[in-house]
Amino acid sequence: MKRSQHVLAVAGLALAVWAMAYGFYYAVWVEHQTLEHIGGSLAGAFQHAATREMDPSRANLAEYARAKYVYTREVDAHSHWIGLAMVLLALAALWDRLAFGERARGWIAGALIAGAFGFPLGVLLQNYLPAPLGQGIAVAASGLLIVAFGLVALGFAREGES
Amino acid sequence: MATSSTIPTSASGILRSFPRLGARRLLVLGGLSLFLAGTLLGDVFAIFILHPNADRIGQALAAATAAVRQHRPEAAGNSFEEIGGFLENRGTKVDAHTHMIGFGYLAMLLAILFPWIRLSERASRRLAVLLISGGVVLPVGVFAIHYVGLAYSPLESIGWASIVADAGGLLVVVACAGFLAGLWRGWCTGEPGVQAGARTDDDDALLRERSWAGRVLMAGGTLLILAGLLHGAWFAGVDLYAQEKQDHDLLATMAESAALDPGPGVIPERAGAALNAYGMLQADHAVKIAAHSHVIEFGLIALMAGFFQPFIFLSEKWKRGWAVVLLAGSVVLPVAVLAELRFGLVAGGVADAGGALVIAALAGMLAGMFRYTGRLDALGDSATGGRP
Repeated sequence: MKRSQHVLAVAGLALAVWAMAYGFYYAVWVEHQTLEHIGGSLAGAFQHAATREMDPSRANLAEYARAKYVYTREVDAHSHWIGLAMVLLALAALWDRLAFGERARGWIAGALIAGAFGFPLGVLLQNYLPAPLGQGIAVAASGLLIVAFGLVALGFAREGES
Repeated sequence: MATSSTIPTSASGILRSFPRLGARRLLVLGGLSLFLAGTLLGDVFAIFILHPNADRIGQALAAATAAVRQHRPEAAGNSFEEIGGFLENRGTKVDAHTHMIGFGYLAMLLAILFPWIRLSERASRRLAVLLISGGVVLPVGVFAIHYVGLAYSPLESIGWASIVADAGGLLVVVACAGFLAGLWRGWCTGEPGVQAGARTDDDDALLRERSWAGRVLMAGGTLLILAGLLHGAWFAGVDLYAQEKQDHDLLATMAESAALDPGPGVIPERAGAALNAYGMLQADHAVKIAAHSHVIEFGLIALMAGFFQPFIFLSEKWKRGWAVVLLAGSVVLPVAVLAELRFGLVAGGVADAGGALVIAALAGMLAGMFRYTGRLDALGDSATGGRP
């Protein structure tokens, strides 16, 4: 087993364990409260509107939008981490079919790992950093991931030709 | 159905790498079964629950808007409680479906990587049982959340079904951490697993697979994943933020129009238009997310099915046939899901048919795998004179 292949396998399984541990923590301590907050804010917005209290209604709706924005990114980070971990593990098993030298394979593996960790992290950081900064990290990491995956597809195609 | 003679006359080498009740076989069969069960659950959910549930959510939102118009805050609150129940019904079934499939993937991937995991067979088997058990317990617990609720729960906001589901998740985390430790040990020592004779890169049947069906599935799977990544990037860049803003704006229009617009009617014209637009927005969001996640899921399963071709005891013709059916279904479902907004139930039916193709292909492959293991065990029995 080549070094780049082993790094990819270990990183993939480590990312899967991390993603599941995050999902476990989130399901036990965060998700139920978050869903209640989202539902409560939306119901409050309509209940205030029913009594013609429009300022509290708008404030509740803004709270709903903010809570839903945060929830979407938290769940997306979990699901993308685990999904990308699976992709890394599958590629690790196929790695010896990639028609590139070990040095190039090492770079591609590094790009895949950085993208797989960084993209969901960028998505999650949008909740804590100014949105453009988090988006920038997510866009850069997903770009890295797509380019690396394109190179992997090219490597498999070259193996087929040879 | 004719079968090829893919099992060598001497089965002892393969039996060592794929032993009866061994960890690797448990991971392969358990993983594929979990994937199949998850896909079936998803298809049943899509056909019988998804659309009626969406209609009920729309009706409850219209009732909440009417309650605002009629100065009835309690009725508006009750409508949102109903919506919460409908969303929980949908969300828990989607979660059960996706987690079952996800754990199936994980089990199959660990089976593929098994030669590089340095653990004793006994420890590997225990971890495999833990992983498969957690892979069943979590989705069953999540599925039950909607029906069990908070009955007899010792906690304020988390019911027994959630507690069971979380315990299942913990089992999977522990199992994966154990396998990770084994992979790490293999890396540090530079040695393959305990059964060195049969578990190296060069002589491992799963890792050296080069058949037509295997190559087509692996190439097709890679392309499907790439397509899913590109579609996801496009969706995040073009649609996601715009849809989040629209979601807020349409709800604000419903509440404000119902509260302030002059004129007769239970639901004013502007609020009615916002209600319709909100329904379309939810549908648009749902089909794009579903297409993105399904094309990647099917890409992964095609990749893994490519690896398992040597362990499928079917003729070459049938193996090729199932490979093509799997890839066809993997393309048809996401494309038809995307077309649902324009073509409605016709496209929905085509999408369900695509899902059925994937299920049929995987069931065919699983049957071939059971035939393989049965044949392998028979050869093992004859080699050992029936002794275990």
